[in-house]
Amino acid sequence: MSVPMVKAEGVHKRFGRLEVLRGVSLEVAAGEVMCLLGPSGSGKSTLLRCINHLEKINSGRLSVDGELVGYRQVGEKLHELREREVASKRSQIGMLFQHFNLFPHMTALENVTCAPLRVKNESRDRAEARARELLGQVGLDDKVDAYPSQLSGGQQQRVAIARALAMEPKLMLFDEPTSALDPELVGDVLAAMQNLAREGMTMIVVTHEMGFAREVADTVAFMDDGVVVESGMPADVLSNPSHERTRAFLSKVL
Amino acid sequence: MSSGEPIPEQPGRPEDITAVPVRRPGRWVAAAVVLVIAVAVVRSVATNPNFQWGVVGEYLFDGRILHGLRLTIELTVIAMGIGILLGVLLAIMRLSPNWLVSSASSFYIWFFRGTPVLVQLLFWYNIAALYPKVALGIPFGPAFVHADANTLITPFAAAILGLGLNEGAYMAEIVRAGIISVDPGQADAAQSLGMTRLQTMRRIVLPQAMRVIIPPTGNETISMLKTSSLASVIVVTELLYASQLIYSVNFRTIPLLITASCWYIVCTSVLYVGQYYLERYYGRGARERQATVLQRIRAGLLSFRHQPSR
Repeated sequence: MSVPMVKAEGVHKRFGRLEVLRGVSLEVAAGEVMCLLGPSGSGKSTLLRCINHLEKINSGRLSVDGELVGYRQVGEKLHELREREVASKRSQIGMLFQHFNLFPHMTALENVTCAPLRVKNESRDRAEARARELLGQVGLDDKVDAYPSQLSGGQQQRVAIARALAMEPKLMLFDEPTSALDPELVGDVLAAMQNLAREGMTMIVVTHEMGFAREVADTVAFMDDGVVVESGMPADVLSNPSHERTRAFLSKVL
Repeated sequence: MSSGEPIPEQPGRPEDITAVPVRRPGRWVAAAVVLVIAVAVVRSVATNPNFQWGVVGEYLFDGRILHGLRLTIELTVIAMGIGILLGVLLAIMRLSPNWLVSSASSFYIWFFRGTPVLVQLLFWYNIAALYPKVALGIPFGPAFVHADANTLITPFAAAILGLGLNEGAYMAEIVRAGIISVDPGQADAAQSLGMTRLQTMRRIVLPQAMRVIIPPTGNETISMLKTSSLASVIVVTELLYASQLIYSVNFRTIPLLITASCWYIVCTSVLYVGQYYLERYYGRGARERQATVLQRIRAGLLSFRHQPSR
């Protein structure tokens, strides 16, 4: 079997005295879509932020595409990566946020071209052509010059998808991408994500959209209290949860 | 949002309400009092011969006054430039995770905000008494360049240093407030796209912080223009000292102070307009853009031309 895209082994993360991740282990293969479910405070978002090295893990091993996140192993010792190296690894991982976090002082097009121009040093022509294409793919051809404040939440999140894709990531992390949206806007964003999954993007999705998990996910992992309680095929986990806590959670959200 | 344009008549649209407005006698009385006071003040200013408006006009474009004005503007621009650069640096230092770096910034701000700028100016003016020689070289090691502090720190240089270093402390707090006003999610998003800390600060955080930074900076600049008159005590012939030099000879104190005041008010008005345009630029994306003064005039003219032709 080839190297998994994401591999976590006994990952711990503390904020002060609060232990948010208490030994998380999971694997996501390349091209796979994993949905992370679980009650709020269970550590799903923190795990995503650790994968991107927005947070440093305290113990355990976390690797993306076979390389440790944030460290280089020399013999027995771990060396922290330089800021540039961390940044360059992050540029290969796209991330979506619950509150979109579009740059409000830039138009949709500028939001999408920003990172290719500054991080990859692409030419403006190339970056803009690609940005228009990506915005077209998420159905926003006519909003290229709009500022985020002029867009609906669903449109903003789709710009954010285009912005992440512009860096041609090998992995996409979604942190509750539809939780802040009005119900009628959720569909467009989920459709865009489903297209991505179909094209073979490796995705980890923290979500409360059970329908999406059931239809799109290859595996579902249920987290509670800082550990992965159970994981498996969506049909198994969602229909026949083997663990008491999974059953309790699902009975509340389904 | 209200656009000043008249709503076009539509057939079948009900007529607007025309009602007798409520009488507000209190407001009328207040307006009358204001009017009486205004007329009295204007009349007194115009007719009191002691103002000597003729003399004001005579000196308004006097070479010495204009030279003083130039120095005032130079002082303001350079000291504000130093203040802003220093402020950004100190603000970023203050937010540094390194304890020593952030404390150094706090100490600087504490010290320079804690002493009157007039006293600081006098210190810089008399710096030669503290350090007669200034040398450039390796710390605790050999020096390469020596200079006499008295020739290096001219009164103008002392004024620049005093005003600029003092301003840096105030600007640091303004910039810091701006930086922490930006949602931390913005930095998360920028970093997850692969931007470095520096790129994130420059491209994402600072441009957004500008909306919070610009208005108080405008205040500071206007304040600096006026505070620069303190340099008159250390014989910099800026606007105020230039007028003082003239009236110390001809004793026309009041008209010359009015001359200086006129120029101060002209400069602050120019700054006010500049601030408006800066705020408009950095407000992009935040709300519907305010129209510029020119655009408003043009819109007004066009609305006359496009009267409904029915």
